[in-house]
Amino acid sequence: MTAVEAQHGSALRRVTALVLRHWYILRGSWLRIVELAYWPAVQMVMWGFLSQFLANQASYVAQAAGILIAGMLLWDVLVRGQLGLSISFLEEMWSRNLGHLFASPLRPIEFAAGIVTMSLIRTVVGMVPVTLLALAFFGFSIYSLGWPLVAFFFTLQMFGWGVGLAISGMVLRKGLGAETFAWAAVFILLPVSGVYYPISVLPGWLQTIAWALPPAYVFEGMRAVLANHAVRLELLAGALLLSMVYLAIGFGCFLWLFNGARRKGLLSTQGE
Amino acid sequence: MDAAIDVRHLRKEYGKVVAVDDLTFVVPRGAVLGLLGGNGAGKSTTISMLLGLLVPTSGEIRILGEDMLRHRFRVLPRMNLSSPYVDLPHRLTARQNLAVYGRLYGVADLPRRIDQLAEQLDLGEQLDRPFGHLSSGQKTRVTLAKALVNAPAVLLLDEPTASLDPDTADWVRAFLKNYQRDTGATILLASHNMPEVERLCDDVILMQTGKVFDRGAPADLIARFGRDTMEEVFLDMARGRQRSVEELRKVEAAQ
Repeated sequence: MTAVEAQHGSALRRVTALVLRHWYILRGSWLRIVELAYWPAVQMVMWGFLSQFLANQASYVAQAAGILIAGMLLWDVLVRGQLGLSISFLEEMWSRNLGHLFASPLRPIEFAAGIVTMSLIRTVVGMVPVTLLALAFFGFSIYSLGWPLVAFFFTLQMFGWGVGLAISGMVLRKGLGAETFAWAAVFILLPVSGVYYPISVLPGWLQTIAWALPPAYVFEGMRAVLANHAVRLELLAGALLLSMVYLAIGFGCFLWLFNGARRKGLLSTQGE
Repeated sequence: MDAAIDVRHLRKEYGKVVAVDDLTFVVPRGAVLGLLGGNGAGKSTTISMLLGLLVPTSGEIRILGEDMLRHRFRVLPRMNLSSPYVDLPHRLTARQNLAVYGRLYGVADLPRRIDQLAEQLDLGEQLDRPFGHLSSGQKTRVTLAKALVNAPAVLLLDEPTASLDPDTADWVRAFLKNYQRDTGATILLASHNMPEVERLCDDVILMQTGKVFDRGAPADLIARFGRDTMEEVFLDMARGRQRSVEELRKVEAAQ
């Protein structure tokens, strides 16, 4: 046999290997690609028509066309961020592949970076067509938010990744019986995120909870841009800072639960 | 002795259950060691600990001179695993699976390496079919290709011929024998298939309820137990028909 030079490889190469693994699956099925845009498109159309109706009835909505559509689109950036990461993790569980992955030189942080990258790809693939649909159907361009959109997008993605990593750790530790959390967990945050209404309408104690989470800053910031054409930097800074904190906490939870799974021997036994 | 695998006083407890108890063994570089035992003997648990998939309760593991409990990432690029209990992604083709794992292991000139493995393992047309569409024998060959993609210095095989028909199992054993001879790789093989162990292993550890029951070359164990095959040795151990190891050693000394 010809000798094969097995190099130790860089962390980046291992991260791209994991991305490649999920990219092969995504590109191999048009149904999966359509699925990424399906729910965002359905919701966008529903909220778009509701906005058109309310624009003639309510001054709040009328003063800033597209405020509900923008809220819906950005909320879906958060949902897709969490779900995109969780699905990549669940793919490994469903295929009973974790034993091979973690017997390789792939480190947990590289694994996390790989599924985070894949989540970003899934979100872009799913959301960009929907933003174009919003433009075509209702003449609303999310891109009119300008540069703050980039900050809103990454803030919500980072928060979604943090939640997704913590949930992935829980699924690893508790098994696929906990899979439902991966699909539903982020929706518990919807009432306190201020997606469709200002945080000020919440009772005081819920406002405290809302301001401890990044989405409240993003959606208040989004309304400030659309309604008042004002970029509130303090909201952007708060959102970015909190998202980084939650991402670090999410990765810490994942690592803690991963190490617990290593002690209990779950890496080579988990699966359907 | 230049050890590829050096295990000292390895123990794994799950609550009150002791899965592996005070396991100590050394595998010289280039040797093939068999871990032989029934279900629940601790073979797969031992392999998982050697790969860092499972944290031992106590003990030491050194592989290729590195402390696996502290520096496993230094040595994992030079190891690999084949196990029927850990799967590869079904929706990816065999080639895609090998491409992903080749990158994870940092294999140079990967397309050439995949072609080389496809030829050696007779993957041919299977290379571009989804892994989930392959037969058990074809899956085993692809899993073996994945295990060899980085030309590992230490190869861990957990029941490599489980659920294969006799013809395919024989082919896999012949391949492994040739591979070890050609590359000088160190192989640790967990199995409860006696012909496999007799054919492939230089040395065998008999495990029972997580402990070492006896150790020796297959021919020595057969002679020590006064039997004709490893299967009979295994049955003696499993059914408690054996004389104690001390007694057997006395008999051996007398002979």
